Amino acid sequence: MDFALNENQKMVQEMVRRFAKEQIEPKAAEIDASREFPWESIRKMAELGLLGMVVPEQYGGAGFDFVSLAIAVEEISHACASTGVITAVNNSLVAYPICAFGTEEQRTKYLPGLCTGKALGAFALTEPNAGSDPAGLETTARLDGDNYVLNGTKRFITTAEEAGVFIIIAATDKAAGHKGISAFIVEKGFPGFAVGKHEDLMGMRATGNTEVILEDCRVPLPNLLGKVGQGFKIAMNVLDCSRIDIGAQAVGIAQAALDKSIQYSKERKQFGKPICQFEMIQDKLAVMATNIAAARLLVYRAAWLKDSGAERFSMESSIAKYFAASMAVDVTREAVQVHGGYGYSKDYAVERYYRDAKCLEIYEGAAEIQKLVIARSLLQ
Amino acid sequence: MPLDKKHEDFRHEVREFALKELAPHVDRFEASGEFPLELIPRLAARGYLGVPYPRDVGGAGRDYVSYAVVAEEVSRVWGAMGLTVCAHVSLGTFPVYRFATESVRRRLVPRLASGEMLGAFGLTEPNAGSDAAGTETTVRKTADGYVLNGTKRFITSAEYAQTVVVAATHDRALGPKGISCFLVEKGTPGYTIGAREHKLGLLASNTVELIFEDCRIPLENLLGEEYKGFAIFMETLDGGRISIGAHGVGLAQGALDAVLNWAKNHPTRSQLFSKALADMAMRIYAARLMVYDAARLKDAGIRNDRECACAKLYGSETATWAAGEAIRIIGDRALVSSHPAERVFRDTKLSEIGEGTSEIMRLIIAKEVLKGN
Repeated sequence: MDFALNENQKMVQEMVRRFAKEQIEPKAAEIDASREFPWESIRKMAELGLLGMVVPEQYGGAGFDFVSLAIAVEEISHACASTGVITAVNNSLVAYPICAFGTEEQRTKYLPGLCTGKALGAFALTEPNAGSDPAGLETTARLDGDNYVLNGTKRFITTAEEAGVFIIIAATDKAAGHKGISAFIVEKGFPGFAVGKHEDLMGMRATGNTEVILEDCRVPLPNLLGKVGQGFKIAMNVLDCSRIDIGAQAVGIAQAALDKSIQYSKERKQFGKPICQFEMIQDKLAVMATNIAAARLLVYRAAWLKDSGAERFSMESSIAKYFAASMAVDVTREAVQVHGGYGYSKDYAVERYYRDAKCLEIYEGAAEIQKLVIARSLLQ
Repeated sequence: MPLDKKHEDFRHEVREFALKELAPHVDRFEASGEFPLELIPRLAARGYLGVPYPRDVGGAGRDYVSYAVVAEEVSRVWGAMGLTVCAHVSLGTFPVYRFATESVRRRLVPRLASGEMLGAFGLTEPNAGSDAAGTETTVRKTADGYVLNGTKRFITSAEYAQTVVVAATHDRALGPKGISCFLVEKGTPGYTIGAREHKLGLLASNTVELIFEDCRIPLENLLGEEYKGFAIFMETLDGGRISIGAHGVGLAQGALDAVLNWAKNHPTRSQLFSKALADMAMRIYAARLMVYDAARLKDAGIRNDRECACAKLYGSETATWAAGEAIRIIGDRALVSSHPAERVFRDTKLSEIGEGTSEIMRLIIAKEVLKGN
């Protein structure tokens, strides 16, 4: 058993931490208010290889492992949660499935653009009436000559407003349930494709989150990802990986909240001494640190399982996501509390962390869904 | 429900008012962040801005249980308005009603208790939060009055209030024993409103900075006695805590209302959340009982420091927790800014901070319990 990061992973951690602190964090409050997509940061991240972390170098990627990806997402989210989730989506929800399930032609065509950010990725599974239950999808794909014709609406799609490439999950055979679902690679310019208005969300506000509207959207046959009817399996497999990154995001946001709380509690004086000298504040800092450490281990372990070629790690990935997301909600709430009235004000970053963290519990499966996955694995 | 028919009828009346007269305006004011000044007279006309004060001083002549009901039912549809009511009734009006000199009382209490004008309470400062005795605003006595200098922060409703109760120190070295409380009226030279606060939630509640620069007030504007200000604001905050507990219960109930509304259209999914729903209902029930119990003790004239702190602490923590559960249950659409659960989630966190943080509440409860109270 070895808990140490290897040289590569350490290098990624150090590099991304420095970059995020210098380049991403200074803009975080501003883009939270304006909801402006962080293109400037994304372009710089592309140069550092952070958009194609697990993509092999031959397709323009950085060729790193999933532990490194988790570390990068953690460090970016420490600086800015919006930028963190854009990174996570591009890497684990779009680039990874094209690597894992795509044809050679699809890889060559789409991966370089994802890695350079010329065509950022978005993943469209959620629908107005199908959130946590992908089997209830209403978006359909009908075969028509050399094309699939897609119809339906996807909602709450991260990066959609700015993305060039979408993985869209649709029902090719509604009667077949899970087995009638397929995945498609859809380009922004395909006829019948449109995005809706930018959602005004509580947190993760600068993520270009919109609806995706498909009206007789024509998708060429070669853009089917994997085989017909394999879409549900692909989506589940991809979510197993991406949930690790949501966990990593949670760890990054929570760590930032703890860092700010430590700093503030040393500076803020009440009753003649810094509040960090009061037991109730120390209790909070200790509990925050403990839960962050536990979540980080769960996240890294799930990533390590993926890297070591484990066939199934749904349970570990769900445990990591479930624990880390609810941990981040608790830690950011306590961080606001440590800051008192100032924590409720937009002058302090913890106010943003509190809003951002709440989103973690919702996307890529609410806690109840994670618990179902965990319980099913236990009972199998 | 734990209330008698008289109070239940009153709740029904307040609930109807809140749904009809307040609910339709919530989104507009929350989106613009403007203070709903135009709606204040509607609350005043019903007596909701002076519920626990006698009729002969302009109040509604009801009890603290009724006041808790108003704080709860208003906050249930609109947290910011609920806070405005609480800040006016228990913080802005109570110390004037209880401690002002006879002439000031006679002149101002009828206008405050009737809701003709709003009152505010300025205690918190940039460097004095939980440590209220660390007040840095100074007061200097002159032949014909007092001169105030200093800055207050996070003061609710002050921009729209005609009066503000201010704590200031004669001598910082004296700590809590050096503080007096004063009433400052709007328009007094040297008293200005500073920047508006940009907050996480309660956007339609006004939160501002107060600046006192050689602000001269007459002798009669002293509240209670000199150097006894600490006890005045402690007593004021005690009463205020019942209403912040009620504010929390209302917000929590608002979160549950949002979930129940959603559940109507999502029968299958709501089954998955039975445990969360049951826990929400249970905790809100417990919090409500605590608030009514603290209010009942106050009405009976029984000392209730511990019960007030419990009601405030449990009410506010229940609210924050319930609002989080509501979002989790409803899912992504509850993260959109126009959704009531999203608003409640942002609104609730202040209840754990304002009028004594949860940490201070725990210290009070522990102290009282150790004393055998």
